[in-house]
Amino acid sequence: MTNVGNEGSFMGFVHRQRRGAELFLLILSLIVGIGAYAAVGLGTDGTVPADIIGYGGWLVVLIIGCHITIRFTAPYADPVLLPVVSALNGIGLAMIHRIDHAAVVNSPDAHTYARAQLMWMTIGVVLFVAVLVFLRDHRRLQAFTYTSGLAAIALLLLPLVPGIGKNINGARIWIGIGPMSFQPGEVAKVLLVIAFAGYLVQHRDALALAGRRLLFVDLPRGRDLGPILAVWLISLGILVFQNDLGSSLLFFGLFLVMLYVATERPGWLVVGTLMFSVGAYLGYLFVGQVKVRVEGWLDPFGNVDSASQLIQGMYGMAWGGLVGRGLGQGSPYLTPLSFSDFILPSLGEELGLTGVMAIVLLYGLIVERSLRTALVCRDGFGKLVATGLGVVFAIQVFVVIGGVTRLIPLTGLTTPFLSYGGSSLVANWVIIALLLRISDQARRPPPELFAPDDDTDATQVVSLR
Amino acid sequence: MNKPIRNLSVFCMLLFVALLANATFLQYWQADDLSSLSAHPDNRRVRDLQFSRERGAILVQGKAIAQSVKSKDRYKFQRVYPNGPQYAQVTGYFSRDFGLGGTEANQDSILSGSDSSLFVNRVIDLFGNDEPKGGNVTVTINPKAQKAAFDGLRKLGTNVKGAVVAIEPATGKILAMVSSPTYDPNKLATHDFAAAGRTKARLQSAPDGPLQNRAIEETLPPGSTFKVVTASAALDKSRFTPDSRVPGGRILDVTTGRPVQNENGASCGGGTITLARALEVSCNVAFAWLGLKVGEKDMRAQSDAYGFGDRYFTELDDSLTKQAISHFSDPPPGSDTLDPAFLALSAIGQYDVRATPLQMAMVVAGVANSGKVMKPYLVDEVQSPDLDVLKKTESSELSQAISPATARQLTEMMVGVVDQGTAVSAQIPGVRVAGKTGTAQSAPGRPPYAWFVSFAPADDPKVAVAVLVQDAGVERDAISGNGLAAPIAKSVMEAVIQ
Repeated sequence: MTNVGNEGSFMGFVHRQRRGAELFLLILSLIVGIGAYAAVGLGTDGTVPADIIGYGGWLVVLIIGCHITIRFTAPYADPVLLPVVSALNGIGLAMIHRIDHAAVVNSPDAHTYARAQLMWMTIGVVLFVAVLVFLRDHRRLQAFTYTSGLAAIALLLLPLVPGIGKNINGARIWIGIGPMSFQPGEVAKVLLVIAFAGYLVQHRDALALAGRRLLFVDLPRGRDLGPILAVWLISLGILVFQNDLGSSLLFFGLFLVMLYVATERPGWLVVGTLMFSVGAYLGYLFVGQVKVRVEGWLDPFGNVDSASQLIQGMYGMAWGGLVGRGLGQGSPYLTPLSFSDFILPSLGEELGLTGVMAIVLLYGLIVERSLRTALVCRDGFGKLVATGLGVVFAIQVFVVIGGVTRLIPLTGLTTPFLSYGGSSLVANWVIIALLLRISDQARRPPPELFAPDDDTDATQVVSLR
Repeated sequence: MNKPIRNLSVFCMLLFVALLANATFLQYWQADDLSSLSAHPDNRRVRDLQFSRERGAILVQGKAIAQSVKSKDRYKFQRVYPNGPQYAQVTGYFSRDFGLGGTEANQDSILSGSDSSLFVNRVIDLFGNDEPKGGNVTVTINPKAQKAAFDGLRKLGTNVKGAVVAIEPATGKILAMVSSPTYDPNKLATHDFAAAGRTKARLQSAPDGPLQNRAIEETLPPGSTFKVVTASAALDKSRFTPDSRVPGGRILDVTTGRPVQNENGASCGGGTITLARALEVSCNVAFAWLGLKVGEKDMRAQSDAYGFGDRYFTELDDSLTKQAISHFSDPPPGSDTLDPAFLALSAIGQYDVRATPLQMAMVVAGVANSGKVMKPYLVDEVQSPDLDVLKKTESSELSQAISPATARQLTEMMVGVVDQGTAVSAQIPGVRVAGKTGTAQSAPGRPPYAWFVSFAPADDPKVAVAVLVQDAGVERDAISGNGLAAPIAKSVMEAVIQ
C-alpha cells in the first residue's frame, strides 16, 4: 500500500475531460429511451404515443440538465456512467409504460406506474444535481461515518414502527406516508457504504495487523472490529426479521467485500463464504420462505404453486428467444410484478436475448466504471466508497437477474434503474452522483506534481470539516 | 488497496458472464422446450397464439370435420366441428384451457403450421405479411361407414357403452372409428371459456367416460371372437383342417380347475364335430380342447402375429389417450406357464385374454387380406395451406399372421358362421359375409359384453369390422353378439360395399 498517492498521476498520465464524448453518448441513450417509448406505442396501438413530444422533451431536459451540471461541477468525471444510466432509465420507463398499457386495456381504471416513475426519476435527478452541486469533495462524507451508520439503522427500523410500516408481499420493508410508499432500505444501502468506508479507512491498519491468528485468519481485536460488526449485525438482523432475503444477502456481501478491500486479507472471504454457507443452510432448514424459494429454484415445475411467477418469467424469456417479440407485441403482463421485480423477463420477452445481453452489459459497464474509479482514486475513503457502490451494484444486479432467470434462488430486489420503485430509483441516482464525484476527484490533474507520497497510509491528510 | 479491487473486478466479471451464459441457456437452448405446449401446457403465451391462429382443416373425402372459421373476438378464429359427436374420437378437440386431443393433438404441428415441412409457406407468409396458416390433414375415414357405425350404436341408446372400428383389409386404412357415449368437441372449443370449463368438468366426472375412446383405449376379454385366433393357430401351426373332428360334448374336463362348458350348457351337436362346425356354433368345448392341443407357446405366438402384445397405432395419442396393448393371458406371477385350465379358458377368449376393438378388427382384416396384417392408420394425407400434398401415408405390412391357404380355409369357415351359424343377422343379400360372434363374461353379476367381428365380401374383402357393445342396459339374456353387435357391423359393411 504505497502507491495510493501516485496512482492518478501514474507515468505523468492526465485524464481528459471527455465531456463531448459524454454528450454524444447521451444523445444515443436518449434515442434509445425515447425510441423505446415510441416503439411501445407502435407495437400496441400502431401509432406513436400522442404524448411523445412532452415525454421525450421531459427526458431530454432531465438528462441534459445532468450533463450541464457535470460540466460545471465535475468536469473530469467519468463520461460513460451517465449515458449508461440514462439508457437504462429510459428503457425501464418504456417497459413500465408498456405494462401499464396492457393493464389499462384490460380494465380502464387500472393503476398505472409510468407517470409516477417519471416523477421519481425527476426527484432522483434533482438529488443527483444536488449531490454534485453541494458535495464538492467526497472526503467530506468521511466526517459522517457514525452518523451514517446510525441513520442507516434508524431507516431500517422505520418499517417496523407501527402506523407507518407496511407489509407488502410478505416483506415488511416499506413505509407509507399518505399514498406514497418508500423502501428505506434502498437509502440505507448508500449510508452503510459511507459508514463502512469511513470506519474501515481509519481502522484498516489496526484491523489488518493487530490481533491473533486463528485458523486461516488473523482475527482483529474486538475494539477494532466491534463497532462495524455491530452495525452490520444489527442491520442484517433487522432485514432477516423483516423477511427481506435479497437485502440481507446484499448487505452481507457488501460488508465482506469492503472488509477484504480495506484489510487486503483474502481470509475474510473464506470466513465470509463459510458463514454464508452455514447461514444459508440454516435458513433453508428453519426459515420457511428460504426453503420455498430454494425448492422453487431447484424444481420450478414440481412446485408450480410457489414458483408460478418464476415459471411465467421463464416462459416469457423463452418466448422472446434471440431477438424478442418486439416492444408491445409480447405478453409480459402475464407475469406478476412484470413492471418491478420481474421487469427483466418482460424485457427479455420483447427485446429477446439480444436486449437482455445489452442490458446486462450496461450494468457491467457501471460496475467496471466504478471499480476503475476506485483504482485511480487517490484517497482510501474514495476507493472504499467507489468499490462499495460498485459492488452493491454488481451483487444487486446478479441477485435479481440471476433470481428471475433461475441462475440462483429468487429473492426480492429491485433491478436498478429499470424496475418500478421510487426509493430504489432515487437512491441509485444518488449512487451515480457519488461515483461521478469520486471519479471527478480521481481523474482531475493533481494540484501539485510532487505531492508528498511517502506516508499516506499512516496519515490521512484529509480535512474532515 | 488496488490488488483486492482488481481481484474484485475479475469476480464481478465472472458474475456477469454467469448472467449472460444463463440468459443464453434460457432464451436459446431451453427456449424450444419451454415454448412447447406438449411439455408445458400451461404456457399461455404459446397457447393464446395457437388459439388465435387459422388452423388447417381435418378432412374426410374433401369435407371438413374440423375447421377454423373467422370469429369477431380477440382470438380471431373459432374451431368448428360439423357433426361433432359423430367424429369426436377421430378429430379430438381443440380447447384453450384443456389442451388438445385426438388428431388435433397428434397432427398439431401441421394443423398449426409450425411443422418443418411448412417452413417455406411460413417464410412466404412472413414476406407477404400474412398470418401463418396451418396445413390440412385428410383422414382415412369413410363418412358413410362412420355414420352407419355412429347411428348403429346410437340406436341402442345415447348412453350405451360400445365401440366400432372398421378397417380396409388390403391397406390398413381405418374406415370408421366410433366410441359411445361420445361428446361434442364444439362445446370444448367454444370461446365461452366458463362454459367450456363446465363441459370439461362434466365430461370428466361422468361415470361412463364419454372422453374415453373405447375403440383403442380399453382392453376387454374378446370372448368367442377370439376363437378366430385359436382356429388360426390350429389350422396354421398344428395339423388341423376344417374337417378335422374335434370334441363337441357338453363338458370338457380339464384335470385341474373347473370344467369348460358351452354357453347354454348343451352339447355342440354330437360327441365329435368338424372344426368348421365348431366355429359355426361357437363350441366352447371344442375350442378349449384345441387350445390345449395347440399349446400355450403357439397360442401366444399366433396372438402376437395378429398384433397382440404391441402398440402400433399412435395416431390418436394425446395427453389422455393412448392405445391400450392387447395381450394373450399371462402366466400367474412366479410361474412361466399357464395352468391348463386357464389355457383352455384363454383359447375361448376368457380368463386374462384382452383385446381392444381395433385389435379384433385387425384380426379379421388379417384373415381377409390372405393372412397379411396391415398396420392400421388414420392420417391419409397431409397438405399445405395451398393444398399441395406434403405427405401421403403408404400402407405397410405388420406381419404375415397365417398362410394364404389357411386364410382361405378360415374365411370359408367364417362365411359358414354367418350363413348357417350364430351370426345370421349379419347376412347381406347377394354378398358373402364372413363373421364371428362373441359374448364374453366379465365379472359375475355384471352383464356380459357382446362382440362381433366380420368382413365382406368374402371373396374380395373391402371392409373388416369389429363391434363391441359393452353395456346396453338390456336384459342379460338379450345380450349376444348376434343380437346387438352384428346388425351394426352389417350396416357398416353395407355402407362401404354399396
